[in-house]
Amino acid sequence: MLRLGCGAGFSSDRLEPAIDLAEKGALDYLVFETIGERTLAFGHRDRQLDPKRGYNPQLAARMRGVLGHCKRNGTRIVTNMGVANVAAAADVVVDVARSQGLSGLTVAAIEGDDVSDLIGPDTVLFDNHNKTVAEIGRPVVGANVYLGIDAIIPGLESGADVVITGRVADPSLFLSPLVHRYGWKRDDWQKLGQGTLVGHLLECGMQITGGYFADPGRKDVPRLAECGYPIAEVDERGNCVITKLADAGGMVTPRTVKEQLMYEVHDPAAYLTPDVTADFSRATVQEAGRDRVAVANGSGHKRPDKLKVTVGFDGGFFGEAGVSYAGPNATARAALARDILRERLAHRPGFEALRIDLIGINSLHATAHGPRAESADVRVHAAMRSATRDDVATMLWEVESLLCCGPAAGGGYRGQITPSVITHSALIDRGAVRSSVKVLRA
Amino acid sequence: MSRHIKLHEIAHARAGDKGNTSNVSVWVYDPGDYPLLKEQLTPERIKAAYPALIQGAVKRYTLDHLHGLNFVMQDALEGGVNTSLGLDSHGKSWSFLVLDLDVEVPDNRAG
Repeated sequence: MLRLGCGAGFSSDRLEPAIDLAEKGALDYLVFETIGERTLAFGHRDRQLDPKRGYNPQLAARMRGVLGHCKRNGTRIVTNMGVANVAAAADVVVDVARSQGLSGLTVAAIEGDDVSDLIGPDTVLFDNHNKTVAEIGRPVVGANVYLGIDAIIPGLESGADVVITGRVADPSLFLSPLVHRYGWKRDDWQKLGQGTLVGHLLECGMQITGGYFADPGRKDVPRLAECGYPIAEVDERGNCVITKLADAGGMVTPRTVKEQLMYEVHDPAAYLTPDVTADFSRATVQEAGRDRVAVANGSGHKRPDKLKVTVGFDGGFFGEAGVSYAGPNATARAALARDILRERLAHRPGFEALRIDLIGINSLHATAHGPRAESADVRVHAAMRSATRDDVATMLWEVESLLCCGPAAGGGYRGQITPSVITHSALIDRGAVRSSVKVLRA
Repeated sequence: MSRHIKLHEIAHARAGDKGNTSNVSVWVYDPGDYPLLKEQLTPERIKAAYPALIQGAVKRYTLDHLHGLNFVMQDALEGGVNTSLGLDSHGKSWSFLVLDLDVEVPDNRAG
């Protein structure tokens, strides 16, 4: 039996429950998964601002929290917290190990996901109506291919205590220890599919132990504020039980597992990763005790020939600003403020894409149902993206000016401008990608 | 005789995003409600309910043995998480937009 734990399911996931897992989880492997489309873009943005950054901002805090426990308990760490700067991230892990007296701790840095050299003006972006990179008309700031188990397993074979990567397919972080431990063949698509299912269930952390699930009165979750991260007990065939620490908050039930089973999945019979075309369509989900759910019957087919690449483009500057209205006729006053912003800005070149929402009325429902009932608590929220920082600053100024120049009793102005990276997806031939391992010692 | 209730009363759901594509899985609490879910919650129904939000096609996958449906909605996220100017650029709230739809249940249905 192999015990896998997940200590982060996204960039800003909580720290303390990961320390609990490292200390009390009796884990063989603790995995931190922290890259999404959004946070990879942030990584590129951060590295552009400072060449020594671009890895996960919580890397050092997480390592300080778990390295000692993991070393003591024989738990190895696998993580993609290198994000857009694996080399700098590996140095951070070594520094933390040294500062904690863990000399001799080894870190395997997996590189090769940066494929900027393979992206050119003619590269087709399949997720954007097959436009080319040139047609986007923005500078490329980075391109990362989704690496898989073939890139990660050499890090495990090196014996390193910590294996750190950039962009890899999320489930591959979990599948790699399974293939490494159980010696599954790289074309045993059934086992790779079931192992990918295990990884897919764990990769979002608390999303399977009660997070992203609670709906008071319908789906109540005990002690959600102290929710625990998941553990999978996986046998040599890949069958698993999903569970959590007994004293942690949250819950593991067939319902939490089923919701996660289809999370970010399109065709359940063809979930594509670099390792396998996984088939979750006949997966079984069965209660196996309190906070224990057995998952089996995942399968798979041959892996895809092409690998997915996330291409990041300079998105210029993103700005947002808002003002709030309350009490009688708040909706009408907020709508008037919105109309004033449109009248003063929308006709000007560069402001065509200005977006204005009324929070409290229909900002998330947008055009779904049209405006709902009168609200006594409405916030006008404007947003735009521009290559010209001054234009974004003009928008913020216009929103702030509503305090004195706009409808009655507008308050609570906030505005901010941040650099922006936008992303699209391309495919490249697997054979063009080369990954590497470099082992560092604390 | 029959009556209309919110889908939220008989089902739970989760939304996920990849690029400009949103997917929402919908699961009935009571397996006995699965046939009516499958009959009434068609891809055409979802596309018609949110025409301005869903610019592309809607495809439905069924997981009969788990009593769930998975809807995949193309061009439904205003360009996706790094492009959208909307407040919920991931489309996390999509699951509850779907649960806001009505379903028709028999009058004598418990609950």
